[in-house]
Amino acid sequence: MTSPLPIKFYQTGTFTVGNRLLDVSVRSVQSDSQRNNSLNSGHRACQGCGEALGARYALDAAMRAVNGRLVVANATGCLEVFSTPYPESSWRVAWLHSLFANAAAVGTGMAAAMKVKGRTDVRVIAQGGDGGTVDIGFACLSGMFERNDDVLYICYDNEAYMNTGVQRSSATPAGARTATTPAVGEAPGNVMNQGKNVPLIAMAHFIPYVATASVADLRDLETKVDKAMRVHGARYLHVHVPCPLGWGCDTGDTIKVARLAAESGLYPIFEAEYGEITGRRMIRKRVPVDEYLKLQSRFSHLFKTTEGRARVAQIQAIADRNIARFGLVPEGAPA
Amino acid sequence: MNKPFAITLDIGTSLVNKTGTWRTERPVYVDRLPPCNNACPAGENIQQWLFHAEEGNYEAAWREIMKNNPLPAVMGRVCYHPCEDCCNRAKLDSAVGIHAVERFLGDLAIAQGWNVKAEKPSTGKRVLVVGAGPSGLACAYHLALLGHSVTVHEAGPAPGGMMRFGIPKYRLPREVLDAEVKRIADLGVTFCYNRKVEDLDALMKAERYDAVFLAVGAHLAKRAYIPAGDASKIMDALQLLRGVEAGEQPMLGRRVLVYGGGNTAMDVARSAKRLGAAEAIVVYRRTREKMPAHDFEVQEAMDEGVMFKWLTTITAEKDGEFTVEKMRLDEKGKPQPTGEFETMKADSCVLALGQDVDMSFLKQVKGLTVTDGVVEVGPDMMTGCKGVFAGGDMVPAERTVTVAVGHGKKAARYIDGYLRGATYQAPPKHEVASFDLLNTWYYSDAPATVQPALDAARRTESFDEVVGGLDQSNALFEARRCLSCGNCFECDNCFGVCPDNAVIKLGPGKRFKFNYDYCKGCGMCSTECPCGAIRMEPENI
Repeated sequence: MTSPLPIKFYQTGTFTVGNRLLDVSVRSVQSDSQRNNSLNSGHRACQGCGEALGARYALDAAMRAVNGRLVVANATGCLEVFSTPYPESSWRVAWLHSLFANAAAVGTGMAAAMKVKGRTDVRVIAQGGDGGTVDIGFACLSGMFERNDDVLYICYDNEAYMNTGVQRSSATPAGARTATTPAVGEAPGNVMNQGKNVPLIAMAHFIPYVATASVADLRDLETKVDKAMRVHGARYLHVHVPCPLGWGCDTGDTIKVARLAAESGLYPIFEAEYGEITGRRMIRKRVPVDEYLKLQSRFSHLFKTTEGRARVAQIQAIADRNIARFGLVPEGAPA
Repeated sequence: MNKPFAITLDIGTSLVNKTGTWRTERPVYVDRLPPCNNACPAGENIQQWLFHAEEGNYEAAWREIMKNNPLPAVMGRVCYHPCEDCCNRAKLDSAVGIHAVERFLGDLAIAQGWNVKAEKPSTGKRVLVVGAGPSGLACAYHLALLGHSVTVHEAGPAPGGMMRFGIPKYRLPREVLDAEVKRIADLGVTFCYNRKVEDLDALMKAERYDAVFLAVGAHLAKRAYIPAGDASKIMDALQLLRGVEAGEQPMLGRRVLVYGGGNTAMDVARSAKRLGAAEAIVVYRRTREKMPAHDFEVQEAMDEGVMFKWLTTITAEKDGEFTVEKMRLDEKGKPQPTGEFETMKADSCVLALGQDVDMSFLKQVKGLTVTDGVVEVGPDMMTGCKGVFAGGDMVPAERTVTVAVGHGKKAARYIDGYLRGATYQAPPKHEVASFDLLNTWYYSDAPATVQPALDAARRTESFDEVVGGLDQSNALFEARRCLSCGNCFECDNCFGVCPDNAVIKLGPGKRFKFNYDYCKGCGMCSTECPCGAIRMEPENI
């Protein structure tokens, strides 16, 4: 009998969290029953919270990468509030909260302190939501990048201030309804602009590593965290985390919504080193933005009027531009 | 007050906060019935044996098949695989080649000499099986596994029934059939050939049988009255196929008409080509869509150059000229004569019009009811006569090898119950796992491995097997295309996607359980389960 050819087909490959057919060494951190569970049960995040999930994905991967030698600074926001109502804490990592605006600066301080103490084994992560990152903490973040401090900053982007009641942030997407951009008047919902793209701004600081990721692609996220923890200097990871409450989607659809954001091209997933894009996650099954928008009541007003439909077309144009700009579909593939 | 520097407050863990109280719906692990298993007439647990095969554990996979079907190598070749017709993967790319993997496992078992042993101690009960076709073989096998002493009486000179005397060699090589029958004989089943049962009552008394399973098949060819000349060459399909099996070379001539539209007609037409006929023409009274033959057999026949004449009946023959009448389909799809005739020249004509059951010896069995030429049985496969069971082509059902094997197994279970003085209770069926319950995003894209088919020009010349098999590498590939519809295959998705760590992983083979103390009931596990094995149920509030 001739020796069988090597099989490179594993039923679900790396799409699922685990896979019994893959060698243990290449399985995900999350599939390990001994994973750290950095954010433990009993936290008070809403049902189906994407941010709680994203934080556990990212920190568990980081804990494995640095062998448990990790300290974390957290900005004010949902993540801080739901995880640490006195006297309870859900964190199974060394964790510190200071203010809304200064997580990056606290991270910088921690990294400096470790350096002074000679603790080269201890690594630092600073993290926050989109409010604490793209708006309130932006100056501290830019400074941390500019000084190339040895911190990985992780932004969990749920596209508005959810903790205080869904107010618009500069990461809120075009056309979305929030408490401060209601679906009334001549131009309902958020303004139709391109928003503030912090990953691209981070790249403009020419720091060693910048990446975007999503809770919809665990393996990609874990790989990027692992990669980020293997380099020193300022690093930035932007994670897309749907919020069922603020987005008005079903609590069971969190990952589905995140997946459609990536597959429609609205949320491009890529990585960059020293200001140059070095990798992108290709779209596997391209969908029109409608499929993404229709699952969320924050966009429902767009589907009720002719003007709204025109705005959907504009949102589609944003997705198409992302796809062309980042090269998210192979050349020659049908649009 | 013994706290670290700058710490002034006591701290506690959030585990004291049982968020399970928030829940209005709870996720529940379920097992659903995969469509393949649901469609299998032999009742195989296809998904389960594919699960073993996916890991490359071929022996475990083969043993799983053997729980329900003693003839995997045969079935992998001749079954019309209804499992693949309803495979959910067909809606994604193409159906999993279940029959190809089954055949691979069956062939591997023969090559490796894998065997089975009786599961239960000897009961001392004696069962007679009449007929060594697929149904009789399956029943004998299962009864032997259950500890009964089984004797098979076969009228013919060799085992297999229609598998030997109806199915041509190019679809089922005889050494494969012989190997799988030998395995049943090795279990201790006694086979008596050339023993046609004439008086059932007398035989049962003389040889002290406690129960009997009748599986004599349907071997009498149906005839159509065609007025024909003295020198006419009109024969029936079974006569031809039996002759070929015995090594005869029937003189069919250059141009052969095959009358009928079933699978037997396809077998005859393709055999005729192999016997040297330049033209084999299937004459059928209805259209291709209405033909009872399976589509792939019609296709394979066409590939080999078999011709078809639809909407036609044969009415008479004289000096090698056949008079045929054109038909048309009425509103109900029934063929009606049109009165338009034409003639077709042909050297011979083979009638493939179906078969009847030979009822001669059954007439004396008391309590037996025969309706429309077949024996009536209850849901337990028992005839009107106590202790006499029947199955296969002689009872009302679709006439295929797989249905027959299924009858054999089912009857064996009820016979076992009958002999033990109890009634076999079939376990309840789960609901079927339909395509809409799956989250197909998670499955890798992969087309089906097409079995290498022999070159069409080459295969019509001989009775070599037409369809080739898989090897280790592509069999594994094919098995891994299974979606595991409706049953957990331990992909860890629920364990990974829960934002509340409320899923407990129990380890390989043990699946998962929910920690309802913390599960908030968001439903993400259920949405992201690839195979539809988690159901959300309302809480009693």
